[in-house]
Amino acid sequence: MKAKTERTAMWKFTLFGVLAWMGVLVAPEPAQAEYADVVMNNYADAAGMRPVVFPHWYHRIRFRCKVCHADLGFKFKAGGNKITMAKIIDGKFCGACHNGEVSWSVENCGLCHSGIPGTPTHISGSTVQRLVAPAYKILDKKKTVQDGYNK
Amino acid sequence: MKTVIKSFTIAISAAVLLPVSAIAFEASPLSLAATKPVSSAEVTGSVPAKISVSNANVFNRLLKKIEDPNAAPADDGIHDIENEPTFALQPPKIAYKGLPTSEYGNHIDWVKALDDGLLDPRYDRVDPSIEPFVMDLDIVRPVKASVPDVVFPHKPHTQWLHCSNCHPKIFIPQRLANQINMSAIILGQKCGVCHGKVSFPPTTKSCKKCHSKPKPSDWTPPLSDATVKNPWR
Repeated sequence: MKAKTERTAMWKFTLFGVLAWMGVLVAPEPAQAEYADVVMNNYADAAGMRPVVFPHWYHRIRFRCKVCHADLGFKFKAGGNKITMAKIIDGKFCGACHNGEVSWSVENCGLCHSGIPGTPTHISGSTVQRLVAPAYKILDKKKTVQDGYNK
Repeated sequence: MKTVIKSFTIAISAAVLLPVSAIAFEASPLSLAATKPVSSAEVTGSVPAKISVSNANVFNRLLKKIEDPNAAPADDGIHDIENEPTFALQPPKIAYKGLPTSEYGNHIDWVKALDDGLLDPRYDRVDPSIEPFVMDLDIVRPVKASVPDVVFPHKPHTQWLHCSNCHPKIFIPQRLANQINMSAIILGQKCGVCHGKVSFPPTTKSCKKCHSKPKPSDWTPPLSDATVKNPWR
């Protein structure tokens, strides 16, 4: 009798373990992208390219903020610069360095265009993103709840 | 009629008895807790899960922790692993080796790394010899709330940035002209244009980096209007 109850307990534990494991697999993982990585997808998806991922950390090891944000005119806003390949090959924005002179040239498409298709323009790990509940007005509250906010 | 009276008496007796049973039920776990020593694992660990109990009763329901803040591009959730060049990108951990750490953001103390001479990023696109225009001026901003006052150091900011990055658009270079509050910063205005996106974010652990000047010893928090006018006070 005792062995039987133990066996059922074992079963329960195993079942729970399996369920928990499935839960881990199904639950959305928190974004682990490097803090301040910028995804730019103003035009990329529409042009059939992967969105651009800009690693802030890599560039700040080599340049001070001033170089891009004062000299090259990058605004402090993800997606706010409306960068296109036409501007880049004219030596604007990324093209000021990514020209085969200061850094590698633009034919290495996939080094920048490396994001998962469909990822919206954003800056990863930002305070607003990491808030538990949005601090701003949600436009479509019903949809957000369906999407899993406040589970 | 009789049945009505009968059911009425049952209802009354139930109403009287139910709270008593509820009290008894509530009291039993309390007495158990008093006799049974509570181990620290039980306090800090997750709620012992049983299938019969709602799985909504977990610890830290709303706490989101990032397990690996400096994941390699292929593991970071935004890079496409179908894209071959993703694997040519440098993983941040390799670059961060030897740099001073912090508890937030990239988990790197960039300002300290610069001060310690561990990094020497260019101030010009092509000429590595150009030195930054550094201004050492601290601005003290009194804060209404009980947290320490803010000291804004120009030095670390001008080591990285140019005056025109902040003035006059984000911060009007005039005394009392800039109204700043934490909500605005968290939503990406004022200091939040960088802090919370690129430079260290406003978190509980980083408050004191800006709120660093203690209030005078005789300082008491001002009473809110609702307290002063409270009719039940």
